[in-house]
Amino acid sequence: MSDINSNIPEGELTSKWTKYKSSVPLVNPSNKRTIEVIIVGSGLAGASAAATLAEMGYKVKCFCFQDSPRRAHSIAAQGGINAAKNYQNDGDSVYRLFYDTIKGGDYRAREANVHRLAEVSANIIDQCVAQGVPLAREYGGLLDNRSFGGTQVQRTFYAAGQTGQQLLLGAYSALERQIGMGKVEMYTRHEMLEVVKIDGKARGIIARNLITGEIERHFGHAVVLGTGGYGNVFYLSTNAMGSNVTAAWKAHKQGAYFANPCYTQIHPTCIPVSGDHQSKLTLMSESLRNDGRIWVPKKKDDNRKASEIPEDERDYYLERRYPAFGNLVPRDVASRAAKERCDAGYGVGASKLAVYLDFKANTERYGKIEAAKAGIHNPDKETCMRLGTAVIKEKYGNLFDMYAQITGENPYETPMRIYPAVHYTMGGLWVDYNLMTSVPGLYCTGEANFSDHGANRLGASALMQGLADGYFVLPYTIGAYLSKEISVKAIPTDHPAFVEAEERAVGILNKLINIKGTKSVDHFHKRLGHIMWEKCGMARNAKGLNEAIQEIRALRAEFWSDVRVPGTADELNTELEKAGRVADFIELGELMCIDALNRNESCGGHFREEYQTEEGEALRDDENYAYVAAWEFKEGVNFELHKEELKFENIKVAQRSYK
Amino acid sequence: MNLTLKVWRQKNNNAKGALVDYKLADISPDMSFLEMFDVLNEQLINKGEEPVVFDHDCREGICGMCSMFINGRPHGPKDLVTTCQLHMRSFKDGDTIVVEPWRAAAFPVVKDLTVDRSAFDRVIAAGGFISVNTGNAQDANNLPIPKMQADAAFEAAACIGCGACVATCKNASAMLFVSAKISQLALLPQGQPERYRRVQSMVAQMDAEGFGNCTNTGACEAECPKGISLENIARMNRDFASAKFISEETV
Repeated sequence: MSDINSNIPEGELTSKWTKYKSSVPLVNPSNKRTIEVIIVGSGLAGASAAATLAEMGYKVKCFCFQDSPRRAHSIAAQGGINAAKNYQNDGDSVYRLFYDTIKGGDYRAREANVHRLAEVSANIIDQCVAQGVPLAREYGGLLDNRSFGGTQVQRTFYAAGQTGQQLLLGAYSALERQIGMGKVEMYTRHEMLEVVKIDGKARGIIARNLITGEIERHFGHAVVLGTGGYGNVFYLSTNAMGSNVTAAWKAHKQGAYFANPCYTQIHPTCIPVSGDHQSKLTLMSESLRNDGRIWVPKKKDDNRKASEIPEDERDYYLERRYPAFGNLVPRDVASRAAKERCDAGYGVGASKLAVYLDFKANTERYGKIEAAKAGIHNPDKETCMRLGTAVIKEKYGNLFDMYAQITGENPYETPMRIYPAVHYTMGGLWVDYNLMTSVPGLYCTGEANFSDHGANRLGASALMQGLADGYFVLPYTIGAYLSKEISVKAIPTDHPAFVEAEERAVGILNKLINIKGTKSVDHFHKRLGHIMWEKCGMARNAKGLNEAIQEIRALRAEFWSDVRVPGTADELNTELEKAGRVADFIELGELMCIDALNRNESCGGHFREEYQTEEGEALRDDENYAYVAAWEFKEGVNFELHKEELKFENIKVAQRSYK
Repeated sequence: MNLTLKVWRQKNNNAKGALVDYKLADISPDMSFLEMFDVLNEQLINKGEEPVVFDHDCREGICGMCSMFINGRPHGPKDLVTTCQLHMRSFKDGDTIVVEPWRAAAFPVVKDLTVDRSAFDRVIAAGGFISVNTGNAQDANNLPIPKMQADAAFEAAACIGCGACVATCKNASAMLFVSAKISQLALLPQGQPERYRRVQSMVAQMDAEGFGNCTNTGACEAECPKGISLENIARMNRDFASAKFISEETV
């Protein structure tokens, strides 16, 4: 049924990548010096690729919209990074990481890609430690691990609650080293506005200097997008304010297929919304579920304080429903379970849209261990809590501080209130095994592509994928393409294709400035977010999705006739930047609803209310939907579906169970 | 809450700036400081005026992009938080709040409250790394590192590069920022081979960017949203002296 080719190498699953690496064509050093690669985005996927390609000898240009590559939103990842090291001797292996990821993704990911990811995972940890990334250690001096959702081994490496920051600063330092050596040209405060295609191949980009408003043309033999996810289509998400889909969407409009856009990850543990003024949501790391127990009162509309509700009147609903995994079920399962309890009237806090995450039991448990170490026999409860609090503080101090700062409550004394929020997007530009999109020479890495997480990503796997793509996969696979481009001289940027692409970009900017409507960009963004959250959020149904599509189309028309963008295009104009991004989000939102409507099954982060088991679990339809939905953009705003069939040859497809 | 804001407005780097007064009503104490600015900007746009430009991105205190000088203090009145994590409950109804950009010769104003901090990137590019190419690393556990040492390196590495240390320093010195990176790498065995080259080249770049010197007032440590310690500066000075007087390698 596939009508697109994913270019998966032949052979045994476990040897595909090894064989590929030893047979992929190489580019000799003198040719590398004349080959230019453009990388858009400087997060884990972008910075690692830029640094590695420059080390290999290519001429690299790297672009980011922030004031420094170190600001990319990978920096905010808290919990950790998975790797199949088996340092804990708990039976972990490449196969288990592969298996957990496929199962966690609800059997909607490509086996060959996921196995490769698991294979290179261990190299990432080695690389980062060599760079001086200070990962957490035990007293023996060796690396420490913790547990994350959806697994029964401890394979997550971490640096307190700032793992993303430390890994990104590692990649950033590697990138800055190449910048200092003149091998990477860095363009900060630049936003990519168009992909330039010549004879069907990606040959460069149009970028706007955000300070001066100047439009620039940049040539590259190949273009790599490591531009992150599109969670901000929901307005409120855990993404940074600037995270956007524009680069990926412009590529989509130039022929790159967009795959599985409806797969969005709603993270179960975020700080609940406090009011209409809210501009973003803050995650509380999944690692907290190692030591936090999630509960709601057994009584409906219980208005007592958490501390006044006795133990036997609490419903630890995850432990009740999923005894094998308990509080560490995967994110999609945990989120839906929280929504189910709140919808049924058991929610807590002023909004009733929250559940408790309670550290008391484990604080006491840690306290007892510490007391025993200190030689205190039969410690009283107060001593246990005091000693245990110190342990909790060391593990999660920065997260607890952040919670206290935002809510004004002390989480060491009262349980945290949490609720699910949009966090990550498994969908993205379709790529083949080489990470190349359907446009030759245009690559996509990290969260921006659709590849490795299927319909649901496991915790601590985003950092793994971003760095795997950038350090260990793309630098090999891009050689397969570039080895055939060695005779292509740098194309002058007065080529008609550059002129035309620039005209398209400038046309949109001028149009936005000249509407001079009555409503701000944020006004439209909030309305889009509301439609998406209500009708294409944690639970979807055909009726709601059909309505959403109509509402989004109407919103698009209104946006293009009534948005107000003050200022001009030839200066630093943050409203103009936002307007361009929201225009693309509106089109993407429609495609997400179309994709969700097309997929008549529930899987992972895509939950269609019509398709569930009697117990309320996701009900897949493997016979009809075991495919990647890759959408092609058509004139107007229309989309044509292409299918890539998913074949499971090494894993038995089953209903996902965490009971 | 009702507030009066005095906000620095400056069209671009060449223009002359000035403080402009704005009145805001019905501000919720649960809002973050930047969400309060969102409300201001929405009002300005609705009036047909240009919104205030300010740097911000993650809004969870880790990217280091937000940078407001609030009532004479970088990131405002609370300790150990960035502007985005400062909430309006830290202010009182009727307050007047003065908001300025970071001020330092090495951080020129770009527009309104936005400044150019690319000098920091150039200091890192001069030596804030370990020279290891991708693909050459040994197994991570082949190199045990004492927990105390690893934790100390982590504490130095927690710097978010926001520039509050420079903004608050009367000399506009970047020594806290530079020394944090030097310390992180000097504390780890992986950082030893380049230790004395690194300190020389990073300090040279720091000076070239026009940052001032350190006179030990400690304002940087007091205002750092991540609690980076002054000890790092002592370590950097020690390494710098060793490099210049004892080490045979000069850069």
